Amino acid sequence: MHKFLFQITVFIYFISAAGFIVHIITLRKDAERIAAVFLSVGFGFHTAAVLMRWFAGGHPPLVNLHDSLSFLAWAMVGSFLLFQWQHKLKSLGAFVVPFAMIVMTASSFQSREILPLPPVLKSIWLPIHAIICLSADAIFALAFCIAIMYLLQERQIKKKRLGAVFQRLPSLETLDAMNERCLTMGFPLLTLGIITGSIWAEKAWGSYWSWDPKETWSLITWFIYAALFHQRLTVGWRGRKAAVMTLIGFTVLVFTFLGVSLLLSGAHSYATWLK
Amino acid sequence: MSESNIPALKLFAELPFCEEVVFLSTCNRVEVLISTNRLEEAKESIKELWQQRGEVDPPTLQEVLYEYEGTSAVRHLFRVASSLDSMVVGEPQILGQLKDAYRMALEAKTAGTVLNRLLHKAFSVAKKIRTETRIASHAVSISYAAVELAKKIFGDLTGRGGMLIGAGEMAELAAKHLISSGAGRLVVANRTLSRAVELARSLGGSAISLEEIEEALVGADIVISSTGAPGIILRKDQVKRIMRPRRHRLLFIIDIAVPRDIDPEINDIDNVYLYDIDDLKGVIEFNKAEREKEASKADRIVEAEVIKFMSWMESLNVVPVIQHLQEKAEAVRQKELSRSRKVLVESLNDEQQKALDVLTRSIVQKILHDPIVCLKKGTQEKDGEMILDAARLLFGIDSLEDTQRRRDTGISDANQDKTIRKPSLS
Repeated sequence: MHKFLFQITVFIYFISAAGFIVHIITLRKDAERIAAVFLSVGFGFHTAAVLMRWFAGGHPPLVNLHDSLSFLAWAMVGSFLLFQWQHKLKSLGAFVVPFAMIVMTASSFQSREILPLPPVLKSIWLPIHAIICLSADAIFALAFCIAIMYLLQERQIKKKRLGAVFQRLPSLETLDAMNERCLTMGFPLLTLGIITGSIWAEKAWGSYWSWDPKETWSLITWFIYAALFHQRLTVGWRGRKAAVMTLIGFTVLVFTFLGVSLLLSGAHSYATWLK
Repeated sequence: MSESNIPALKLFAELPFCEEVVFLSTCNRVEVLISTNRLEEAKESIKELWQQRGEVDPPTLQEVLYEYEGTSAVRHLFRVASSLDSMVVGEPQILGQLKDAYRMALEAKTAGTVLNRLLHKAFSVAKKIRTETRIASHAVSISYAAVELAKKIFGDLTGRGGMLIGAGEMAELAAKHLISSGAGRLVVANRTLSRAVELARSLGGSAISLEEIEEALVGADIVISSTGAPGIILRKDQVKRIMRPRRHRLLFIIDIAVPRDIDPEINDIDNVYLYDIDDLKGVIEFNKAEREKEASKADRIVEAEVIKFMSWMESLNVVPVIQHLQEKAEAVRQKELSRSRKVLVESLNDEQQKALDVLTRSIVQKILHDPIVCLKKGTQEKDGEMILDAARLLFGIDSLEDTQRRRDTGISDANQDKTIRKPSLS
C-alpha cells in the first residue's frame, strides 16, 4: 500500500512541477493555481505514504537512502507550502517543486525493501535526530533555490537585461530576506541535529564524537553556514556574496548527505545495511 | 474632460434620431457615441451640428472625421476603453475619461438600454485586458522606468532613502514618483545650496552641499544624479568606501545627466546597480515593443467580446417575438375557455373550474416551451435570423411583408451604433 501511495505521490508531484514550469513560462495564473492544488494533494498522499511505511516497518522510515530521500522531499514540499502560505514568493515553485521531484525520482530508484532495524539504531533518538537533520537539509535546499533565483535576477539587473527572466523573478531584497529567513531557521536546526546526533552516539556507541566521515563533514557544513550566519549578523553580508555562500554551503551539504554515505564507509553509511 | 462637455452632450441628445448619446472628449480625441434606428439621418444631423457649432467647414471636418457603425463601432469603443487605440498603447487615463463621459450621460439621462450595456461591457473588457495581458505592466517613461527598476531591486520602497544630486527637472519628477511609491527620507545635494534648500522644501527633504555627498550616501538607497557638471562627481573609490558603513545594503544609482556624473565602473561594485540615461531609454524601447506584443493578445479578447455583444444585440430582436408568442397563446386560451364556459359553469364546481384553468394553461406552456427554447438558443447561432423569421411566419406574429422586407434589406430592427470622432479644437 505504501509503495502504491509513493508512486501516486511521484506522479502528482510531476504534474505539479509541470504546472509551475508552465506558469513561469506563460505566466498563466490558472496553471499556478492548479499546480499548487496538486502539490497540496500530493503532499497529503506523501504524508500518508510515510506514515504507512512507518506502520508497516514498525520503525521510523528514515534508515535507508530511499526513505531518507523521500522524507527530504516531503520536508522540502512541506516547508515550501508553509513558506508560500506566509510570503507568496513569485516563481519559487518553478524551482523548488522540480527539485523535490528530482529527489523523489532518485528515491524511487533506491531499494524499497524494509529491512529489520539493526539493534544499535533502536532508539527514540533515531526519529528525533533524523527528522531534525533532514528538515534542516530541506530548508537549506529551499535556500539554495532562492539563492539561485537571486543570482539569476542579480545578473539581469547588473547586465541591464530586463527581459523575460527579469519580469518573472521577485525583487532582490525580497529574495535576500527569504534567504536570511531560511538561514535563521535552518542553521539552528542543523546545530540541533548535530547535538542530538552526538547524544545518540554516546548512548549507542559510548562516545559523543568519533570523527566518523559523516560527523566530520557535518561539522564542515556547519562551519560554512556558521560563517555565513556570523557574517550576516556582524558585517551585514548580504546580496550576491550571501547567495554565493549559500550555494557553496549547499554543495557541501549534498556531499555530506550523499557523497559520504555512498563513497565513504562509516557508521552512517547506508551501503553497509544494504549489503 | 470637464463639466463643460455637458452642454455639448445635451446638444447631441436633442438631435432627432439620436436616441441614446454619450459624448467623450479628451486632449486627443472627441467622440460621439449614439444609438439610433435611422442611421443616415442621425449621421447627417450630427455633422451638421458640428459644422455649425464648431465653426468648421465641411472639408476640414471630413478630413479628421471617422465613423464606425454596428460591429466596428462596438469594436472601436472596446479598443478605446482598453487603451489599444491610444498614442501610447496601454496608458490607463482613457478609461477614467470614458467613465466620466458615461457618468455625465447617466446624469443627463441620455444613455439607454444599448449604450448602458455597451459602456458597461467596454469597462469590463478593459478590466479583463488589464488583468489578462501585461499591456500596462511596462513603464514607458524615464521616471516610471526608474521607479519600476527600484521596485525590482528593493521590493517595497516604503521608507527607502532617496538622494538627488543636482536639482534638474527630470530628477525632480523621478523623485516625486519615488515619494508617491512610498520612499521616505529625501536628501537634495546641489552646487548652489539655495536651490537645494528650495527643492528639498517642496519635496519634504533636507538639503546638503556637494561635499557632503559621500557621508549622505551611507543612508541613501536610491540616488538620482542630474547635475550639469562637465566631469564625474562621484568616483568608484568613494562608493567602495561607503559600502562597509552601509553594511552592504543594496544601492541603486540613476545617472540621467549628460555628460555623465557618475563613474560607469561603479556598476562593477557588488550590490551596487548603476543605470544611466541610455540604459533607461533602452528599457523604455524594450517596454514599448512588449506592449505592442501584448496588444495583439488584447485584440483577440476584444474580438471575442464584440461577438458576444453583437449576439446580445440580436437577442433584442427575439424578446419581442417571444413576448408576442406568449401573448397570442394566452389570448387564444382565454377566448376558447370563455366560449366553453357557458356549458361548463353549470356542471363544474369551483375546484373543478380551477383545475381546468391550470390544465389549459399548462397545455399552452408545454406546447410553447420548445419553440421558445429554440428561439432563445437560435439567437446565439448563425441562422438565428432565419429561425426568428420562421417563428414569425409560423405563428403569424408579423405580417409577411414585414418579414420579407427585413430579409431583403438585411437590416434587423436592432439599433445601429455609430461613432464619430474628431480631434478636439481646444
